[in-house]
Amino acid sequence: MDNDIILLGHGSGGKLSHQLLDDLIIPKLSQSLASGGQNDAALLEISGTKLAFTTDSYVVDPIFFPGGNIGDLAVNGTVNDLAMMGARPLYLSVGFILEEGFKKSELALILASMRSAADSAGVTVVTGDTKVVPKGKGDRIFINTSGIGVLEHGLRIDGAGGRVGDQVIVNGSIGDHGIAVLSAREGLEIDSGIRSDSAALNGLVEELLVLGEGLHVLRDPTRGGVATTLKEIAIQSGVTILLDEESLPINPGVKGVCSILGLDALYVANEGKLLAFVAPERAAEALAIMHRHPLGKDAAIIGALTESSEGRVQMKTSVGGVRGVEMLAGEQLPRIC
Amino acid sequence: MKPMNYLDQFRDKELVAGLARRIRELTAGREKPLTFMEVCGTHTMAIYQFGLRTLLPPEVRLISGPGCPVCVTPNGYLDRAVALCRLPDLIITSFGDMLRVPGSSSSLMEERAKGADVRVVYSPLDAVQIAVKNPGKRVVFLGVGFETTAPTVAGSILTAAALGLDNYFVLASHKTMPQPMGILSADPELAVDGYLCPAHVSAIIGANAYRFLCEEYRVPCVVTGFEPTDVMQGVEMLVRQALAGESKVEIQYSRVVRWEGNAKAQSMLAQVFTPFDADWRGIGILPGSGLKIAEAYAAYDAELAIPVSVEELKEHPGCLCGEILKGKVSPFDCPLFGRTCTPESPVGACMVSSEGTCAAAYKYAR
Repeated sequence: MDNDIILLGHGSGGKLSHQLLDDLIIPKLSQSLASGGQNDAALLEISGTKLAFTTDSYVVDPIFFPGGNIGDLAVNGTVNDLAMMGARPLYLSVGFILEEGFKKSELALILASMRSAADSAGVTVVTGDTKVVPKGKGDRIFINTSGIGVLEHGLRIDGAGGRVGDQVIVNGSIGDHGIAVLSAREGLEIDSGIRSDSAALNGLVEELLVLGEGLHVLRDPTRGGVATTLKEIAIQSGVTILLDEESLPINPGVKGVCSILGLDALYVANEGKLLAFVAPERAAEALAIMHRHPLGKDAAIIGALTESSEGRVQMKTSVGGVRGVEMLAGEQLPRIC
Repeated sequence: MKPMNYLDQFRDKELVAGLARRIRELTAGREKPLTFMEVCGTHTMAIYQFGLRTLLPPEVRLISGPGCPVCVTPNGYLDRAVALCRLPDLIITSFGDMLRVPGSSSSLMEERAKGADVRVVYSPLDAVQIAVKNPGKRVVFLGVGFETTAPTVAGSILTAAALGLDNYFVLASHKTMPQPMGILSADPELAVDGYLCPAHVSAIIGANAYRFLCEEYRVPCVVTGFEPTDVMQGVEMLVRQALAGESKVEIQYSRVVRWEGNAKAQSMLAQVFTPFDADWRGIGILPGSGLKIAEAYAAYDAELAIPVSVEELKEHPGCLCGEILKGKVSPFDCPLFGRTCTPESPVGACMVSSEGTCAAAYKYAR
């Protein structure tokens, strides 16, 4: 095998992505970042102000899909990465890479969605850049956004913060984004009725912060899905997570498409979901906060941290058996965000 | 197409628990465990995915057989596919699982990253459409699979013929199911006490196809569906037969499978394909166990119509895929499993296909 080439799987958010980060990108770029410290955003302190800083690129195909487009995705995704650190998102940059021949009218639709997503998330786009590449050297439009947020509390919300006993809560149905994008792909023509869950989660996170020290981990299960994200946190925190399959909120349309195509909703991307690890005594309160919020109506406790380990995820299946849950290997659905 | 809810009824927890209880009662106190083999990758997946082994008593052992089509495809086939995809103006189309399978020195995924035109399709008819849209290019579909897949591939060749296409080809490596079960039944090391016969393969070939196993080898056979209640009921039916000393074919999956199978699909297979002695990875050449493209459709046979030089075969030393496919060892017995052989850098095909025993064990059972 030729190990010198980049495969699509290196962008899956799963195991290959982790390997690329750990083996090449982090060692070459930064000596200060240990691989165990990977979170959704960097925490920085500048003149006494604590900031969160993150960046993300969007290459979703197709660029328009039920429930959103690449524009609102690019705003919400970066806002969410800041929110998952417990930060209040403030400013975004945006970089466009456009392919020669792309239509201005489509760009206008994308810009309108970006504006409206930024307005509802309460962030401002303050700087940007546009490049055009020759026809065939890009695919219509790629967007990069970076974001800055401010931390206004002393809480440490971190992937390594999970503790035995914590309850795992998700704010609603899983797999919607991936299935919505997939259904819109040429050649599939599935009328699943599923819309992307693309949404900014900072408002919901702000309300969850009242849990104080009871809130241990927040993370958005995007590429690689809930399974990969939970496995990452299990390893970072050194715990075993036991999921309860019956309690996973999954739309019937998502179940159906997954069943037809042989996919597992646990590995399908989300763009408006968060996983919260909450101390057991505050779990009921956390669930109630979510249920009161429009983005948390279908929130559910889906599992718990059962013991210290090297980082295992197991699931009690819907029929009462037990099985392991691993990170996404290879690519399940390339270019999903 | 709208997905409908036809799943939950067959994933009923109480029904599964009831069947597990009955299996426990029936087998309680047995000294030698009953060994049942499933010979369909979808069964392997379902058993792992729902954690069904954890519901069965130690008196019942489920082992996986050669039921994953990607896994039983020999290296030489992949090497030919890799050689083909390096040709100019040629598009390889395939189901997704084949892309990561390592051949002797490369894989289709690696070739795609280097510039080859390799596309994933969900149906061979999509591959025909790609041929229609690309008249200046040759389009090759990788025809891998058992009797469930083969009729749609036959259909694609018939469609291409009806459209008068001269740029659509199939690289065929289709296998047929009952033959390897005979070989495995005769193997004294295995001592299979019963087969969970494949669900959808049986919908095509019919449950009668397994009668020879009961008659010649005295092995109980139950054609079983893929949902958890199906599998548990199939196991329970096998337990009952084994304890009663019976060996007959029963159909658990009666909502789909008939004794005589699907006559239309069978006639398409007979029209487009001819049986031949196929090479099964790890098992060897089995008489009459594969389907090759019939002479009348030779123009669509990529192997004949597109000459290409294929690299010399290299098997990976230490890989136990072959023994695993025969159910003789479990993935956990393989020295490469989880170490040098993982889903992201697989050594053997059993680790690649989502239906492979090693991939299922790695993903669900560690």
